[in-house]
Amino acid sequence: MESTATNWLTVRKEIVGKAISIGAAVAMYGVSFGALGTTTGLTIPQTMALSLLMFTGASQFTLVSTLASGGTALTAVTASWLMGTRNAAYSMRMTPILKIKGPGRLVAVQLTIDETTAMGLAQDETAFEGRASRLAFWATGLSVYLLWNLATFIGAISVSAIGDPKAFGLDAAIAAGLFALVWPQIKSRIEVSVALGGALIALALTPFVSPGVPVLAAALVAVILGWVTGRRLS
Amino acid sequence: MWFAVLAGAAGCYALKYLGSAIPGHVLEKPLVKQVVVLLPIALLSALVAVQTMATSQELVVDARLPALAAATLALRFKSPFIIVVLIAAATAAGLRYFGLAT
Repeated sequence: MESTATNWLTVRKEIVGKAISIGAAVAMYGVSFGALGTTTGLTIPQTMALSLLMFTGASQFTLVSTLASGGTALTAVTASWLMGTRNAAYSMRMTPILKIKGPGRLVAVQLTIDETTAMGLAQDETAFEGRASRLAFWATGLSVYLLWNLATFIGAISVSAIGDPKAFGLDAAIAAGLFALVWPQIKSRIEVSVALGGALIALALTPFVSPGVPVLAAALVAVILGWVTGRRLS
Repeated sequence: MWFAVLAGAAGCYALKYLGSAIPGHVLEKPLVKQVVVLLPIALLSALVAVQTMATSQELVVDARLPALAAATLALRFKSPFIIVVLIAAATAAGLRYFGLAT
C-alpha cells in the first residue's frame, strides 16, 4: 500500500505542476484580453464580468472583437455562443468522470473548457480510481480561473498591454500545451484517424466559414467514425 | 454593452450545462459512448491545428508551425510537459526575434 501512496504523491505533484504552468500561459492571454476589452469600449466591470461569468477565452475574444469591428450586440453574442458550443461536448464527456452531484456540479460546469478537459482526459481514467483525472480537472480549473481573472484585471486597468504575447511565442506555447495534452489520448488507429481527420477538416474549412465553425465541424469526424466503429462493437 | 456581456455569458454557461444534463444511461449506450469519447479528441486536435495554422480566416505558415514541430519532437522523446511548452515558445519567439518568421 505504501508504494501506491508514494506513487499518488508523485502523480499529484506532477498534475498540480502542470495545472500551474497551464494557468500561467493562459494568464498572458488574459492580460491581452483585459487590455482589448477596455480599449474597445467596455468598462472594467464589463470586461471582468466576461472573464468571471463567461470564462471561455475563445468566446470572450470573439465577443469583444466583434463589437470592436462594429458588429451589433446580437451578432457578437451569437458568435460567442458558437465558439462556446464545443464546451457542451466537453461537459458531456467530463460529467461521468467527475462524478459529482449537487451544487458542485454547477461549478464544474463553469470550469469545463479546452484546458480543463484536455488535462482531465490526459490522465488514465482508471488511475487511482479516477482521482488522477478528477484532480487534473479541478487543479487546472482552479489555476486557470484564478490566473485568467487576475490577468484580465491587470490588463483592464493598465491602459497599454504589457507586450505582444506573440513575441514570447505564447501563441505557439498554448497550441503546443494543448497538443501535449491530446497526445496521450491518441493511441488506437481510430483515435489517430479522428485526430487527423478533425485537424484536416478544420483547416480545410478555415478560409470559407467564420471562425469557430471549422473546429465544430471536426465533431462530424468523431460522430461518423464513432458511429461506424461503435456499431461494430455493439 | 451589458446586454451583450450578460447574454453572451448566460448562453455560454447554458452550453456548458447542456452537456452535463444528459442522463448517464444515455451515455452508457456503446454507440453513444464511442462517439462521446472521440468528440474531445476531434475538437481538441482541430483546435490545435487552427491555433497553429490559422489567423482568423486565413491559412498561414509562420513561426507557430516549426514551434509545433519542435514540440512534437520533444513529445516523441517523452519530454515533460513544461519542457514541451517551453521548447515551442522558445522556437517561435526565437524565429520571430531573428526575423526568420512572423
